[in-house]
Amino acid sequence: MARVLGTSIKRREDPALITGRGKYTDDLKAEGMAHAAIVRSPYAHARIRGIDTSAAEALPGVLAVLTARDVAAAGIPGVVPVGWLLPDLVTPAHPMIAADTVRHVGDAVAVVVAEDRYLARDAADRVAVDYEPLDAVADVVAALEDGAPAVHEEAPGNVAFDWEIGERESVDAAFASAAHTVELDLRNNRLIPHAIEPRAVLASYDSSTGEMTIHMTSQNPHVHRLLMTLASLGMPEHKVRIVAPEVGGGFGSKIHHYADEAIVGLCSMKLDRPVKWTATRTETNLTDAHGRDHSTHCAMALDADGRITGLRVDTAAAMGAYLSTFAPAVPTYLYGTLLSGQYDIPAIHCHVTGVFTHTAPVDAYRGAGRPEATYVVERLMHLAGDATGLGPVEVRRRNFVSPDAFPYQTQVALAYDSGNYGPAMDRALEMIGYDDLKSEQASRRDNGGKQIGIGFSSYIEACGLAPSAVVGSLGAQAGQWESADVRVHPTASVTVYTGSSSHGQGHETTFSQIVADKLGIAPEAVEVIHGDTDLVQFGMGTYGSRSAAVGGSAIVKSVEKIIEKGKKIAAHLLEASAEDLEYEDGNFRVAGSPDRSLGLGDVALQAYLAHNYPDDLEPGLSATSFYDPANFTYPFGTHVCVVEVDTETGSIELLRYAAVDDVGNVINPMIVDGQLHGGLAQGIGQALWENAVYDESGQLVSGSLMDYAVPKIHNLIPFELDRTTTPCPHNPLGVKGVGEAGAIASPAAVVNAVVDALAPFGISHIDMPLTPEKVWRAVNS
Amino acid sequence: MTVSIQLEVNGKPVQAAVEPRRLLVHFLREDLGLTGANIGCETSLCGACTVLLDGNAVKSCTMLAAQADGASVTTIEGLAQNGELHPLQEGFWEKHGLQCGYCTPGMILSANYLLAQNPSPNDEEIREGLKGNICRCTGYHNIVEAVKYAAERMS
Ligand code: FES
Ligand code: FES
Repeated sequence: MARVLGTSIKRREDPALITGRGKYTDDLKAEGMAHAAIVRSPYAHARIRGIDTSAAEALPGVLAVLTARDVAAAGIPGVVPVGWLLPDLVTPAHPMIAADTVRHVGDAVAVVVAEDRYLARDAADRVAVDYEPLDAVADVVAALEDGAPAVHEEAPGNVAFDWEIGERESVDAAFASAAHTVELDLRNNRLIPHAIEPRAVLASYDSSTGEMTIHMTSQNPHVHRLLMTLASLGMPEHKVRIVAPEVGGGFGSKIHHYADEAIVGLCSMKLDRPVKWTATRTETNLTDAHGRDHSTHCAMALDADGRITGLRVDTAAAMGAYLSTFAPAVPTYLYGTLLSGQYDIPAIHCHVTGVFTHTAPVDAYRGAGRPEATYVVERLMHLAGDATGLGPVEVRRRNFVSPDAFPYQTQVALAYDSGNYGPAMDRALEMIGYDDLKSEQASRRDNGGKQIGIGFSSYIEACGLAPSAVVGSLGAQAGQWESADVRVHPTASVTVYTGSSSHGQGHETTFSQIVADKLGIAPEAVEVIHGDTDLVQFGMGTYGSRSAAVGGSAIVKSVEKIIEKGKKIAAHLLEASAEDLEYEDGNFRVAGSPDRSLGLGDVALQAYLAHNYPDDLEPGLSATSFYDPANFTYPFGTHVCVVEVDTETGSIELLRYAAVDDVGNVINPMIVDGQLHGGLAQGIGQALWENAVYDESGQLVSGSLMDYAVPKIHNLIPFELDRTTTPCPHNPLGVKGVGEAGAIASPAAVVNAVVDALAPFGISHIDMPLTPEKVWRAVNS
Repeated sequence: MTVSIQLEVNGKPVQAAVEPRRLLVHFLREDLGLTGANIGCETSLCGACTVLLDGNAVKSCTMLAAQADGASVTTIEGLAQNGELHPLQEGFWEKHGLQCGYCTPGMILSANYLLAQNPSPNDEEIREGLKGNICRCTGYHNIVEAVKYAAERMS
């Protein structure tokens, strides 16, 4: 049987999607369905003096208008919880519907339900809210200043938490004796995830059974069910079924539990009817959790040989108006712990202040903390290359963790399990033709005109989220294992029920390849079910590049159990001893007697026809596993970006982008490359174009696709990809995860390239996004 | 108040009475059940709602159903003929030109219009021709490959 692991088989998901038959949440209809529209605060900070719903209620076809009063009257918990606690974290309540104070533009103040989508919108416009506007603060640095408007009374100085990792004293000592130091003040720009499918929910409550089915845009339906029932609606969990149909991208934004989905659930309960709500793009931008938004001071100390001796990082990280689901973890455990990068750094200290601002919450967005960490480390490495005179390549090489140093214990908690960083750098240089580019750069520097720059980013990420014991000890309120239930049917076809839920990654294809490979059957014989809390018993979902490493490993574990069980059945049927049986290519064989064998089909059938089994053998052929990884996985790579900068106009043209990634073993190379492409587009977008801008009064200036520059096809170039392969040593597939790599590595590569191009102008840093205006100003200042 | 409209959708005549303000995309999705055209921004900026109107790629979120009176509309559901995928559909499948698939119907219909204008576009022309359609998943790399694949198949 040909191996199916490692082959680019076409995606089984696609036929429905390319013919328009894929069903996303907004495509669904239910009998008697009504439509909700949510009334949102136009102010970043205001007291609600009163709400008059009468004009809305008077419109024919309007079924209900609910406010915070109705949430209170329903006797439900009515809040949106945070799921990750830090020591001394301030956790102000986040009400589903704001009662007396709104804290960001877009905060929900009322909901209207009507017979028709248009009518609901009309009625929402007739809800009159009397606001008393209050001073607001949207900027993460301004929010920490004395006298800044307070977002929550219980958080003096707008501080949500104060967190540190590493040893300050040893870092201070390193700086005191450093031969070279480099430092930087930088902003990591706030981003809006922009899944092209806006968030949507269809909640169908049935009072006759007390059950509710919620179809929604979710990356993790079980997590949503838990938070929705426990903290928002106060329903017994077994009475709520959450289904994620086709999900049109998420990138983190559909991990989190939001007020809106809970509000729609409440509407359905109140009306005893199905209620649908779909965000507009503007609502999405106002309420989806944003990403990044750091202000950082960082510095690196090096000895006379260019070896790093210390790294110091101090970051203010915006949390927004409320703490979103995983928000506190992102700028701490997914950021501070990554600051060793690919380097052997003997002393690191990182201090992070979590800051409330009158903006949309900030939470995990593709990469979540790791792009921010990579940006800090790789920008400093660029400067270190200059300061030491070693240049960007040699300074990195000199500091790479050596291949024989693994497992490598960093100074910031993580222990890298495996890695070999040099070859990825070598390959990247070769792909890009580094020496030729350097001479081209030199001649342009001599001749003037458009300049070219070459930027590197040698990144590390920790993914395969997550070893439960580790994240539990770090404040997660849940383990991050994954489940897989694999059932072999009597005809030897297989159904896999996985808790890892796809929103575009092609889980069904990839997971079928895993099962087909391990069982020696055709991928077509394997069905993969995900995204439904009634079908899948429990799961943690898709984020943190975890689906293959954790979800896939759970599947392998179940398949292994099935093979063991199958051996017992085959042994019984063949009158052999189970210890003597081997399984290969779909057959159970007695070792040493090749003619005594049974196919999986025979065994599966007999597993269900069982009538003469010995006492210790149960009928059936299925297995459930919960796989909890021993460690994170540590993908790495080196990316090189080449840009041309027009120093007259400040405009930047991408010339080349080469990425060499090591994501461990690869199940489906086509899908893996696709994940990299998408991540690169988002990271390059952050570096060059994307920016969520709030003005001083807290209005989101970039609230639509007119003002927020998601990369378009003509902005980007073909990506040049290659891989090295260092398998993950601690999971059965040797895979590490690839969903976030592109977004983690690329911002630093792009910015380093532009700064490199502008080196003759004495420019060492420009904050993202590198708009022509900023570049022009830098050149002309 | 409603206006009555007559049009052809995917080759079939359709007659309906619609509210004057009803958007074409809602008419297609909700009244005709053709949910292939998706809504990503409702402001003419993402292209997810693209359909062909008398052969031109239009954003159906920015057009009233009433304006489509008398027109011939093709949605993604009408692209495959006699159970055979259109070469663009094949190309997107073959070259992994989609991930979540939300942008895909619009992307395919815009590419269809592009190929009707220019049957053998180079990379740059493909990128120029599809700049009204946003894809957040693929980084566009494989979308270019998919369109090239289709162009070759169609020539
Ligand atoms: S929905 Fe029509 S262009 Fe975005
Ligand atoms: S495939 Fe997801 S937006 Fe294009």
